[in-house]
Amino acid sequence: MTSSAVTPPLLQIDNLRTYFHTRAGLARAVDGVSLSVLPGETVGVVGESGCGKSVTALSVLRLIRPPGRIEQGSRIAFEGRDLLALGDEEIREVRGNRIAMIFQEPMTALNPVFTVGDQIAEVARVHAGASRKAAWARAVEMLTLVGIPAPEQRAGEYPHQLSGGMRQRVMIAMALVMSPALVIADEPTTALDVTIQAQILELLAGLQQRLSTAVLLITHDLGVIAEVARRVVVMYGGEVVEEAPVEELFAHAHHPYTEGLLAAMPRVGMERERLAVIPGTVPPPTAWPSGCRFRDRCSYAWDRCAREHPPLYPVGAGHVSRCHLADEPQRRARPHLPLAAEGGRA
Amino acid sequence: MTEGSGEERGVPDSGPGTSRARGAPPEPNDRTAAQPGRNRSSAPRIDPARPPDARGSTPTPAPLLSVRGLTKHFPIRRGLFSREVGAVRAVEGVSFDIGAGETLGVVGESGCGKTTTGRAILRLIEPTGGEVTFDGVDVRALDAEALRRLRRQMQIIFQDPFSSLNPRMTVGAIVREGLTVHRIAEGAAADARVRQLMDEVGLRPEYASRYPHEFSGGQRQRVGIARALSVGPRFIVCDEPVSALDVSVQAQVINLLQDLQRERGLTYLFIAHDLSVVEHIASRVAVMYLGKVVELATAEALYREPLMPYTQALLSAVPVPDPTTRKRRIVLTGDVPSPANPPSGCVFHPRCHHPQKDDACARIVPPLEEKAAGHWVACIKQPPTAVDWPAQQEAGGTRRPERYQPLRGAAQEGRGTS
Repeated sequence: MTSSAVTPPLLQIDNLRTYFHTRAGLARAVDGVSLSVLPGETVGVVGESGCGKSVTALSVLRLIRPPGRIEQGSRIAFEGRDLLALGDEEIREVRGNRIAMIFQEPMTALNPVFTVGDQIAEVARVHAGASRKAAWARAVEMLTLVGIPAPEQRAGEYPHQLSGGMRQRVMIAMALVMSPALVIADEPTTALDVTIQAQILELLAGLQQRLSTAVLLITHDLGVIAEVARRVVVMYGGEVVEEAPVEELFAHAHHPYTEGLLAAMPRVGMERERLAVIPGTVPPPTAWPSGCRFRDRCSYAWDRCAREHPPLYPVGAGHVSRCHLADEPQRRARPHLPLAAEGGRA
Repeated sequence: MTEGSGEERGVPDSGPGTSRARGAPPEPNDRTAAQPGRNRSSAPRIDPARPPDARGSTPTPAPLLSVRGLTKHFPIRRGLFSREVGAVRAVEGVSFDIGAGETLGVVGESGCGKTTTGRAILRLIEPTGGEVTFDGVDVRALDAEALRRLRRQMQIIFQDPFSSLNPRMTVGAIVREGLTVHRIAEGAAADARVRQLMDEVGLRPEYASRYPHEFSGGQRQRVGIARALSVGPRFIVCDEPVSALDVSVQAQVINLLQDLQRERGLTYLFIAHDLSVVEHIASRVAVMYLGKVVELATAEALYREPLMPYTQALLSAVPVPDPTTRKRRIVLTGDVPSPANPPSGCVFHPRCHHPQKDDACARIVPPLEEKAAGHWVACIKQPPTAVDWPAQQEAGGTRRPERYQPLRGAAQEGRGTS
């Protein structure tokens, strides 16, 4: 529904459900997510802690460990193959070769006892069967590509000898060794300072253009999304609640949650008013509310929202929203105090 | 306090009224604003011995907190006898004032010394040098008992609401502890006070018997705020209080801090790396780089017209949540140098993008000078400067100081898009 009919999508996720079967109950971390990424496209997935964005990314690479499980009926197609039907050996082929992942904290994602050159070269050896010498040369070439000064020397250093920004560059180099078709970046700049974040975002954008890699960028930061993504998927409560081209989302957010997120952000240059808040907190994944999962925190919710789980309504060109307001727009004129705001000081 | 009268203030470039912070009450003795044409000498005010009181627009004449030349060096020890081989200069000669009821924001990247500054003021970390005066009291001269008593007045809220609360204590006991330690209330009176404090920070009083792990991040931060408020402080160091929180919860906590400030007349030192949060909450902002304050101005002036090249780069790097503006970005090359071995001269010179940068920048330590009313900047290439051209030439300078303001147009475009 959300993908273009002309180009077949590179990645197509359909009704993904990743549940965690814990003693505290069934946690429906990802609960029926569908999204697609076209070749060479950058799609942003935005949401707050616990919305299921990272579990979605890990599910694509089949990195979910028990008690987590990808449930029956979920479908993840990549380059025409059903990733969920692949054997362990085949999925390992896909990881690193065709899909690479960049994590938030490069220090924990890198092995502290090997030099960064060794770690990049290992990818080339394992996935491409390159000789030791060729792999090392490839490592140095990749370090040059990601803008690390004195790459021959840096390749011989250990992760702790590098700064956070340098380590993230190494992670990117490692991800790109095999020229993957898709890079999944999970909060790639969250642990970095803002000037270093600017360097890394610039690097990612430049590399993407040159190598025409598709990027699935997962972040909580709408500012980062606005700068790099072409299409945005907003997640809340394990579901996609809104999807739109980036300009459309920022100009005409439809879902009250997206609206709330945009209003709650202090921005440089904004007049100094009181910040708008979304009252209450995200409910735990073991107890999603019936109907709309956002309704307790919503200023427009009415009885229908408790009864009826909203579908993704089309609200514009390539723009969908999981909110009954699409069906009854006149209710937007009558906001009220959300349930979660009553009795507490927001 | 003898400094800071309107007469001796240089007003090089500012128009009328620019010195007043947004949201700050009008200042009765703000002579700069009242007589804009007066005294347009371009001599900047500097006083290396007694650095700026920089009170530009504080609502009261005497600052509540005054910091002068605050320094903290952490020794680097090596070898069998732990010989001291050097020092990490975490904080190097930091000076500022905070007026009662004011919020001073401190921004900078990791390792710039902002957290150490906050802790050194409270003597949670013992400073190496400098003066800290709180309401006329010399904080560094206090003995342990007097310092403990002063802590009733000066509190801190920590960044991480997960590690800063004792997991074995109920939140009621956590909030109550300060009341008992400082003998403010006991028994039923203390219980009532705890319930009242919890209500004030937006927590249900009946949650007092629960443990920290039963709360979300935002609620835990409210517990941290209730704990700080319990002893009735006048001054609170807020050390990255919203950095670990999600956007929607962050807004709740920021609003709470502002409400409490208004109701109780609190004074904040608000430390954060998020420039948009600081702009929102602070009336004046100090920018730190490698242990030093490199720019200090009203929030409005700093964000509209940053003068220190580092501040310019920092501001331009903030992602704008608006896909239709492609703003000018100054991307700094390289990383922040090690504070154990800071660059000579201006600590920012190896990464500086000021077109007039030259050898003088590597040799002359730039004083923090008042370049416009209430706007303090450490840069010898941004005129006016007391480090005159002959002095710069003597230090190898080849390019005359010239005003550089790459963000001027861009910052304006980004405005009003909320």
